[in-house]
Amino acid sequence: MIDPEGIETLCSDMEVDHTDVRILMLAWKMKAEKQGYFILEEWRRGLKALRADTINKLKKALPELEKEVKRPSTFVDFYSYAFRYCLTEEKQKSIDIESICELLDLVLGSQFHAQVNLFIQYLKTQNDYKVINMDQWMGFYRFCNEISFPELSNYDPNLAWPLILDNFVEWLKAKQS
Amino acid sequence: MERKIIELDQGWAYMLKGITKLKRILEGLTEDPFSSEDYIFLYTTIYNMCTQKPPHDYSQQLYDMYREVFDEYIASMVLPSLKEKHDEFMLSELVQRWLNHKVMVRWQSRFFHYLDRYFVARRSLPALYEVGLTCFRDLVYQEVKANARDAVISLIDKEREGEQIDRALLKNVIDIFVAIGMGQMELYEQDFEVHMLQDSGAYYSRKASSWISDDSCPDYMLKAEECLKRERDRVSHYLHISSEQKLVEKVQHELLVVYEMQLLEKEYSGCRALLRDDKVEDLSRMYRLYHKIPKGLDPVSTIFKQHVTAEGMALVQQAEDVASSQTANGGVGMQELVLVRKIIELHDKYVAYVNDCFLNHSLFHKALKEAFEVFCNKAVSGSSSAELLATFCDNILKKGGSEKLSDEAIEETLEKVVKLLAYISDKDLFAEFYRKKLARRLLFDRSANEDHEKSILTKLKQQCGAQFTSKMEGMVTDLTLARENQNSFEEYLHNNTNVNPGLDLTVTVLTTGFWPSYKSCDLSLPQEMAAALLLFNNADRLSYSEMMTQLNLTHDDLVRLLHSLSCAKYKILNKEPNTKTILQTDNFEFNSKFTDRMRRIKVPLPPVDERKRVIEDVDKDRRYAIDAALVRIMKSRKVLGHQQLVMECVEQLGRMFKPDIKAIKKRMEDLITRDYLERDKDNQNIFKYLA
Repeated sequence: MIDPEGIETLCSDMEVDHTDVRILMLAWKMKAEKQGYFILEEWRRGLKALRADTINKLKKALPELEKEVKRPSTFVDFYSYAFRYCLTEEKQKSIDIESICELLDLVLGSQFHAQVNLFIQYLKTQNDYKVINMDQWMGFYRFCNEISFPELSNYDPNLAWPLILDNFVEWLKAKQS
Repeated sequence: MERKIIELDQGWAYMLKGITKLKRILEGLTEDPFSSEDYIFLYTTIYNMCTQKPPHDYSQQLYDMYREVFDEYIASMVLPSLKEKHDEFMLSELVQRWLNHKVMVRWQSRFFHYLDRYFVARRSLPALYEVGLTCFRDLVYQEVKANARDAVISLIDKEREGEQIDRALLKNVIDIFVAIGMGQMELYEQDFEVHMLQDSGAYYSRKASSWISDDSCPDYMLKAEECLKRERDRVSHYLHISSEQKLVEKVQHELLVVYEMQLLEKEYSGCRALLRDDKVEDLSRMYRLYHKIPKGLDPVSTIFKQHVTAEGMALVQQAEDVASSQTANGGVGMQELVLVRKIIELHDKYVAYVNDCFLNHSLFHKALKEAFEVFCNKAVSGSSSAELLATFCDNILKKGGSEKLSDEAIEETLEKVVKLLAYISDKDLFAEFYRKKLARRLLFDRSANEDHEKSILTKLKQQCGAQFTSKMEGMVTDLTLARENQNSFEEYLHNNTNVNPGLDLTVTVLTTGFWPSYKSCDLSLPQEMAAALLLFNNADRLSYSEMMTQLNLTHDDLVRLLHSLSCAKYKILNKEPNTKTILQTDNFEFNSKFTDRMRRIKVPLPPVDERKRVIEDVDKDRRYAIDAALVRIMKSRKVLGHQQLVMECVEQLGRMFKPDIKAIKKRMEDLITRDYLERDKDNQNIFKYLA
């Protein structure tokens, strides 16, 4: 089993920062269950899938992995994995706002820069929610994909969007006017 | 015996004699009437000529010649006489000629009757009577119909303008149009009715356009009503019955439909003004005129709704203004109670309108309901309408309330209050406020009349269901039982003087769950105060220094303590001398005369807190209610779209309150987190029930 220290070593060997999203992608490929740890089975799984048996090959496989993850068909899976990966306690179902903001930036920041920035800003200023759950997490991704930004013209609060997004849109609209 | 053959020419000569005589009779020339021998001779001549063996069977020829008689007569006599006359005279002539023709056909077809029996039947030809009428139709009617129609129409218009016309003549002419169709109404409709309707339409269109600008709405309506009455009258006197519906619709269209909005919205006399000025009769007329017109009542009911809403809002605003100009005392003041009374009166007034002017039409019931729902849910100076209504009831039901009413009046008022409740969306909030006030009335014996209490509960139960009143009824029952128990207890004491508890004991047993919860506030004092008071268990009177010794407090503390017990609002201790400052030489006595209305001393909570508490409680109950409704719906439907779920939830809860959509969404998310529901993988707008 590789523990957090080991992962840090791995990162420096691959010349990748341990907060880099590609490490998360690697964890995803391995289907790692516990944050900060890779067990042997997971390690083997990931390396086999990436066809890498040396650190160098692993490093070289990273761009390919990135491309794979960013493909729309696989990204949803990665996105939901990212949330689950951060649930450290046993019966935990939500993640605190602070961590969510970091995670959002890491995972969606490059793809949906504007939405993520504004949403993070909103999350930090609002008082209704202290944690975010999976449903809200997934809802935000759908929001980024489906809703025109920054016009928000096709957003309908009468549909089943999570309430936090309804409030977010209200906040945005108030800000825009 | 061989019958002698009658040749055609010969036979026809005989017939012509008879026919000529007939014509002369019709022309009014002196002639003896036909005798039976004349008739038999003519009939037999035809009979013979038709029963002769070929080639002497002259049926076909006679059939044709029968017709030619009419053709000739019409061409030579009838048409010329018609053509030289005009207008009414032409119409009279036409009627006369028609009557003549019918007689001629009748007689002539009798002479030639044998043809009908065999020849016509065998060859499936038109019967003699029909042939005769067809002649008139084709030769006379077709020629004169246009002129006749125009003449009739212009007479109708004259009558509309007030002139006397010959109605019998018109009836006879129009009967021709009907009869000439020989069973079908087509000719009447195409040749007369269509044109008559068009003309009528044009006539009333002209009238309407001048009346609408000159006349007030009531006057216009009177005219319209009169016109419709007259047109119906016209139909019954000379038009065909089948025209009534079409004519009335035409007139209604021109007078009432085309100008409806202009009429209703006339500034000083239109619908709004009539409502404002309580012109009940005019409004009744308006209803009568428009209720037969499809969608005719819609604008009227809209204006009615707007009017009632405006009046209601004005009352609310009035109450708001008065309340805000007075010093805010945080509770429900007189002005708010007056408002409820005024709203009741408003309701009475407009219910009467709906019943009397608008003959109970559902459109107006709906308008009234929607209007009341608007302003009956407005808050006044911070108090919700639910609270106002509960306070109003409390005021009527408690002893010493501001309204002094007879029993009957109270019953009536309670009845009306319950009706108003139907318009309030937060019924559960009303229930909570009512329950709190009821509890106070019952516990502190402030209820004026038990029958009234029970009566209103019955009415509430009828309107809102048993669940609404179950707790309240429980409370009343508790008190009744408690009283009975108390009576038995007192009787027992009376009969067993040795069992004396030593003090007046009254026990009231309350069933938990029925009664609102109260913060238990018994004697709630800081420790030192309690200690100080306990000293008086052993002595009626203590000096400052004695208390000092016993309590071991600093002078400052003791002074502060004693001040609060003897010089503040509640004089729990009497001070000697009765000054406002504590001196070390003072003496203190337990104030046995201390009473307060409450058995428990409490710092009176400002009513505002109570209101907040009630609202919080109700909000909490609502959250549970929404959860329960959502789960119930999803359990039975298994899979449901978001919007449908929300809609059904709102419908289910509607009896008690109007749920906030955001609140429903929040509860749904909570249920997702608690694994009662999940979103569909492919469609985020659909939810699935998780067993």
